[in-house]
Amino acid sequence: MEWETVIGLEVHVQLQTQSKIFSNAPIAYGAEANTQANIIDLAMPGVLPVLNAKVIDMAIMLALATNSQIDQQSIFARKNYFYPDLPKGYQISQYENPIVHNGYLDITLDDGQQKRINITRAHLEEDAGKSLHGNFQGKTGIDLNRAGTPLLEVVSEPELRSAAEAVAYLKTLHELVCYLDICDGNMQEGSFRCDANVSIRPRGQEALGTRTETKNVNSFRFVEKAINYEVARQISLLENGEQIIQETRLYDPDNNQTRSMRSKEEANDYRYFPDPDLLPVSISDEQIAEIQKQMPELPAARRQRLQSELGLSDYDANVITASRKLADYFEKVVELSHAETKLVANWVMGDFSAALNKENFNITQCPVSAELFAGLLRRIHDNTISNSIGKKVFSAMWQTHKSADMIIEEQGLKQVTDSAAIEKIIDEILEDNPEQLAQFRAGKDKLFGFFVGKVMQASKGKANPQQVNNLLKQKLFTDSH
Amino acid sequence: MHDKTITELSQLLENKETSSQEITQSFLERMRIIDPHLNAFITINEDYALQAALDADKRRKDGNAQKLTGIPIAHKDIFCTRGVKTSCGSHMLDNFISPYDATVTKRCKDAGMVLLGKTNMDEFAMGSSNENSFYGYVHNPWNPELVPGGSSGGSAAAVAASLTPIATGTDTGGSIRQPAAFCGITGLKPTYGRVSRFGMVAFASSLDQGGPLSKTAADAALLMNVIAGFDPQDSTSVDTSVPDYTATLNDSLQGLRIGIPKEFFSDGLDPEIATAIQVAAKELEKLGASLHDISLPNTELSVPAYYIIAPAECSSNLARYDGVRYGYRCEEPKNLDDLYKRSRSEAFGDEVKRRIMIGTYALSAGYYDAYYLKAQKVRRLISQEYQNALQQVDVILGPTTPTTSFALGSKTDDPISMYLNDIYTIAVNLAGLPAISVPAGFAQKLPIGMQLIANHFQEAKLLNIAHQYQQVTDWHKRQPEMNHQG
Repeated sequence: MEWETVIGLEVHVQLQTQSKIFSNAPIAYGAEANTQANIIDLAMPGVLPVLNAKVIDMAIMLALATNSQIDQQSIFARKNYFYPDLPKGYQISQYENPIVHNGYLDITLDDGQQKRINITRAHLEEDAGKSLHGNFQGKTGIDLNRAGTPLLEVVSEPELRSAAEAVAYLKTLHELVCYLDICDGNMQEGSFRCDANVSIRPRGQEALGTRTETKNVNSFRFVEKAINYEVARQISLLENGEQIIQETRLYDPDNNQTRSMRSKEEANDYRYFPDPDLLPVSISDEQIAEIQKQMPELPAARRQRLQSELGLSDYDANVITASRKLADYFEKVVELSHAETKLVANWVMGDFSAALNKENFNITQCPVSAELFAGLLRRIHDNTISNSIGKKVFSAMWQTHKSADMIIEEQGLKQVTDSAAIEKIIDEILEDNPEQLAQFRAGKDKLFGFFVGKVMQASKGKANPQQVNNLLKQKLFTDSH
Repeated sequence: MHDKTITELSQLLENKETSSQEITQSFLERMRIIDPHLNAFITINEDYALQAALDADKRRKDGNAQKLTGIPIAHKDIFCTRGVKTSCGSHMLDNFISPYDATVTKRCKDAGMVLLGKTNMDEFAMGSSNENSFYGYVHNPWNPELVPGGSSGGSAAAVAASLTPIATGTDTGGSIRQPAAFCGITGLKPTYGRVSRFGMVAFASSLDQGGPLSKTAADAALLMNVIAGFDPQDSTSVDTSVPDYTATLNDSLQGLRIGIPKEFFSDGLDPEIATAIQVAAKELEKLGASLHDISLPNTELSVPAYYIIAPAECSSNLARYDGVRYGYRCEEPKNLDDLYKRSRSEAFGDEVKRRIMIGTYALSAGYYDAYYLKAQKVRRLISQEYQNALQQVDVILGPTTPTTSFALGSKTDDPISMYLNDIYTIAVNLAGLPAISVPAGFAQKLPIGMQLIANHFQEAKLLNIAHQYQQVTDWHKRQPEMNHQG
């Protein structure tokens, strides 16, 4: 039988705020256990939550970016269950009236086709703490630093049909929330994590099969693997005449498999009810209009513009807009350097990105500012230095943060464009290498490169390579005949 | 000294006729002798109080005193007090020293008031007799065989017995007004949102409200000036201006329209109370008010609606007491489930467990619509009914309770009869309205409380009426016999 895969994703987007969603404790990652949890996060008797207004703005941004509807009277509910990392014994979340609903995201599949994935809802909620199973004399440790961290849970319709589509959707959403600057997108630190609802059905069948939910898969690669594993597991069950149990499963990346966490029968009755400690959130038309004004250009629109206005290729535009900060950097360099965009794109995607990767830096940690970098490209553009001398200047710039002009001056890297000077070097090289000259003249054309190299070497790389080529051609070919 | 109102004490302090240390010493001495018979306090911290009195006297000497600087106060043990045990009347929090101050306690502290101690209460404010305390019964100063009312029973008994000149309480379904009525003192439940709930241990968040228990309406006005007002730490506190509650105490009642709902005088009401309340209404009429018959036909729905909503919220509010971070933890838990089950079953009392179970049930899948949502609809109905009534009249008048105080142990096996004692007070919480109970006579030597209910944020009007009433009556000046002995 031919099976069709049906996937819906629930993505937890950690919102990039200064403080928690209902308290003013900071949310920096990696702090010592329980140092970022105040009396409210610890659920001391008598404490009350106060909503961080920033999260509402962020949710509205996501709504506008996904063509969603905004519930202008959204309410917070309590989701009641006991767990040691859940200090209040309930999680403040949204149940009825989530702030964002009925939107969509267009994704690009591997074959270049576009597909529209509908977004059911996105709701605000607080994160729980963490249980630590380290060395606590047989006990479990609790770290409540993460308790109360703001999350926006984005729920898709079950419209994804393969692991690859799921990954494409995730990447699109990831890029979007990073562009909106509402999430740092760091998947290792759990800032963007995903639960996958997976089921299968005979192709052509309308009714959905029994689904499983695979929890907390924290990389694109693992999402793909976890879904593929789960699909294969479900097919094998059905083909062996067995049943799929509706349950929550956990992906184990070490063994590349999913395993059962709890079944539906064990599932909690969360006893949702409106949180009486929080008022309904009223969102005015003015507030939405204000945020609309502040919305950044979204990745798809920017890709288009970079192609149409700056003439970038489809490929280059994709690479450069993959991150908003990289694209910002690129556009700033283009503006400041007046160099052709292809040159800037090559440099940004080439040496520049390689240097960042080598140091494991993100663009905000980059030691070469757009101003400095533009100065370098300007000198390549106006032929003060060659592209290869440019690499030398770039690496000096990376170390010293000095301007390209200063480095060129200090190291005497200015390109030699004086034909007489270059000719003089060529004559010397030809004179010093009579053997090779003879071989060349005997028809060994490949030696042309040898002479170019020798001349460039003798000029310490400063000779204009184009001129060297031309003059050398003149000498070798015209002189021989 | 101990029979003085805080209005009088603050005048004495201002005239330098006494000091806070002298006043505080006097109340502490009285507590030492009398409280063993009443059990009104869970915690008395003499050193803490004396230090605060010393500071208050210095502050007054430095010319930085406010009206209530140096005045002693007792807080219901539901208000968090930094560095002092805050038990909420429960075994669960018997070991809990609060790391922070509630907004109410902080405001009192900032005003220079002297904390004498923390008063006894029904566990987590659940009860109408103060019999549900881990720390034992509180006795009614008018008759030690009787209950002081609840849940703010310790505060009411302490004020009635003059162990403190004033106290705070909280009112979720009558927990300030009913004990005030049973103990013959004045108790004000402010509008929901008027006094911050931050640091007030939650029972039913949408109903809880803190307020004063005092000897007179004028005293309640003075304390309201300290504790009322917007608090950014409580999202449900309301950001509207706070009047000087003492400024309008002497306003005339001429033209005041008083509504008397016939449902408040139905079969369950003690006839002696009915008579006393009618006499009290006539007094107000003499002062210039007009009396109008009104109807609040849904009054009887308020108790069932309340006993869904309050337990539902409590079942969730009390989930944090899990033995993990603070409070009671059972010995040698075998695993996580055992830790939860034993910590909670060993440390919560019967009434708390009963309400957690009722609330959990009412919120469960399949029952939510039939119970919780239905109760919320009834709540809106009752709220609307009061709004309609308060369009026709300025205030609503009736008895605070259907009976006077009852014998300790007489209703503990019959929760429904206990719940019905709150029939006149509960609707006020459901509607979020302010209401005051003032002494209005005696039945078989036991105090009777008259309740006045006004529209949202009209506490000043209630205090004005109560104060005017107290100018022409002396019920509030009557003291239990034990006060004459002490």
